[in-house]
Amino acid sequence: MTTVATMSEGTDNPYALSHLDSLESEAVHIFREVAGEFERPVILFSGGKDSIVMLHLALKAFAPAPVPFTLLHVDTGHNFPEVLEYRDRTVARHGLRLHVASVQEYIDAGKLRERPDGTRNPLQTVPLTEAIQQHRFDAVFGGGRRDEEKARAKERVFSLRDEFSQWDPRRQRPELWQLYNGRHAPGEHVRVFPISNWTELDVWQYIARESIELPQIYFAHEREVFNRNGMWLTAGDWGGPKDHESVETRQVRYRTVGDMSCTGAVDSDATTLDAVITEIAASRLTERGATRADDKMSEAAMEDRKREGYF
Amino acid sequence: MTTHTQHAEQLSTTTLLRFATAGSVDDGKSTLVGRLLHDSKSVLTDQLEAVEHASRSRGQEAPDLALLTDGLRAEREQGITIDVAYRYFATPRRRFILADTPGHVQYTRNMVTGASTAELAVVLVDARNGVVEQTRRHAAVAALLRVPHVVLAVNKMDLVDYAEPVFAAIAEEFTAYAASLGVPEITAIPISALAGDNVVEPSAHMDWYGGPTVLEHLETVPVSHDLTACHARFPVQYVIRPQTAEHPDYRGYAGQIAAGAFRVGEAVTVLPSGRTSTIAGIDALGESVDIAWAPQSVTIRLADDIDISRGDLIAPAADAPAVTQDVEATVCHVADQPLSVGQRVLLKHTTRTVKAIVKDIPSRLTLDDLSQHPAPGQLVANDIGRVVVRTAEPLALDAYADSRRTGSFLLIDPADGTTLTAGMAGASFAAAAEPGAAAADDAEWDF
Repeated sequence: MTTVATMSEGTDNPYALSHLDSLESEAVHIFREVAGEFERPVILFSGGKDSIVMLHLALKAFAPAPVPFTLLHVDTGHNFPEVLEYRDRTVARHGLRLHVASVQEYIDAGKLRERPDGTRNPLQTVPLTEAIQQHRFDAVFGGGRRDEEKARAKERVFSLRDEFSQWDPRRQRPELWQLYNGRHAPGEHVRVFPISNWTELDVWQYIARESIELPQIYFAHEREVFNRNGMWLTAGDWGGPKDHESVETRQVRYRTVGDMSCTGAVDSDATTLDAVITEIAASRLTERGATRADDKMSEAAMEDRKREGYF
Repeated sequence: MTTHTQHAEQLSTTTLLRFATAGSVDDGKSTLVGRLLHDSKSVLTDQLEAVEHASRSRGQEAPDLALLTDGLRAEREQGITIDVAYRYFATPRRRFILADTPGHVQYTRNMVTGASTAELAVVLVDARNGVVEQTRRHAAVAALLRVPHVVLAVNKMDLVDYAEPVFAAIAEEFTAYAASLGVPEITAIPISALAGDNVVEPSAHMDWYGGPTVLEHLETVPVSHDLTACHARFPVQYVIRPQTAEHPDYRGYAGQIAAGAFRVGEAVTVLPSGRTSTIAGIDALGESVDIAWAPQSVTIRLADDIDISRGDLIAPAADAPAVTQDVEATVCHVADQPLSVGQRVLLKHTTRTVKAIVKDIPSRLTLDDLSQHPAPGQLVANDIGRVVVRTAEPLALDAYADSRRTGSFLLIDPADGTTLTAGMAGASFAAAAEPGAAAADDAEWDF
């Protein structure tokens, strides 16, 4: 009986935005801030669902004008062919310009060495940061979300990086209201995360609402996979399976798309967007926990890679 | 109570609530956050396993839920929360973004950061200790930042035998105090975060309490404001001019509506120039609409071809803000380097950044005893004070009390880009308090 204030029952205000509209509006605002304040922004685009959503938001933010940014893809050399095909088709369809930084070229030139475990994700950092320096990009959009990982939960929407692309969590700028501070010295750049506040489920719901096309590997299909460290990896020239690992055909799909050497598939019969959303909503595993080997290396794996310049 | 197996369409019609938590170190904030996340099934198996594994390797018997929220190596090593983290959880009715802010006194700036985007703040109090200095500090910051809704969560009710008089006394004291500071709506809830009373499930131990649980309240509190009471404001972010064969003459002003609503046909004034026109069209991300409102991102087209660029403000002709080069504000200093009288800074307000100089720092608030310290000369990290700033160009600035979005600004160090100060324009917030509020004698801050 001692409730101090009364509770309001009626929240059916016609001017309340749905959560997807709120997130979309915020992301568009972030894209336009960067367009207004920076000289040479670029969108990291891998053909994965988060970067696909980012591109979709950018297209809406500047319509009917074209997206005023170029794209950058760090190609590990172990990418899924379906995703590369999607990437090139999308770039052509929207008349965009794509820069590709190739891990394979760095290995071939002797500037990077293949890791014993064959995982190429950690090798992306050098080609990424060198591409940023070479093209003098001053703002680099990434599709990172704070719900992905605990170090990501500490990330700002505008994340200042020094000339070595390093992230220093103790030196982050407080981010107040919607006033993003993009000031940076020559050589420094800002990583920008327009979908920071989205969850995996938000991304999928938005893809469904906007009818955004995705690479087919996001939907259940038969695939030759083998088990390594509890994950179903795609068999292929990149280095699997080894002698003691056996290939089997399973009905799987991908929750996240990255390097074939560290991105696992999940058993699934979800062949449609609705089925995928239902599956994700009921899943008891996070996206990264389920399918990313590189985050399992240590408790601070992501934080350490972010400090080095990774996204 | 909340399963995630809802149909996609049902979930997508939910609204979004941004809220912040505030509490002292041992008030049980982590436990409350942990319980909200856990009971809304937002902690997934692999995250729990990681926490269990890390807890065991530290020699702890039970999983330490604080490890869920302390994301940095240094935080886990020291067992403290250094920085604001953002958490996400959902129920079938609403989705939530929680700004999880550290409770230490020296991290006032982090609570300011978390509260700046929050529509609701949860202030935790230990039922055994009642309203303490830190509670008053949190109430002050919530009032300063104009957080529309404040929840007082009186925690650890299990340790005071779930006694109603204990809760009632704390609720009454806090409500009187916060109301005197101008906090518009306060809801007090007796809880035990540890035992789960009134967090997600109603308590079986407190029949005398007839109000909502914390989660129920979070799910039902209104998230949009009365648009008719708001001054409509549209800061221009970017000018869209395709100059293509398909759209040779398109000229649109892109931005996010900061407050109120705009309609096609409405007479508007562009500031600071003062030129006038009417709205010819509104494009809401691909769809042409007759009306749009905050916080929608839209593109506005005007009937006349006038000179407008990033940093300008479009407002209704009948309700445009005055422009000024003299800004008086309450500020929270958020940088380690101090802010001094005479310092040259940049001032970022909406989409406009201008040169400015700090003309005066009339007072600083001593948060410990809430006394004011006149003419401190400078502000250091976590200080809250009054400043007077002169800008090189005129700004269309509202009072923060009228509009959080167009009344807020940052001061930035022009040398290295550091965000120095969070500013809230206008009279001191306590001046807006209800004159009839009780127990206001010691709360008439005029800093």
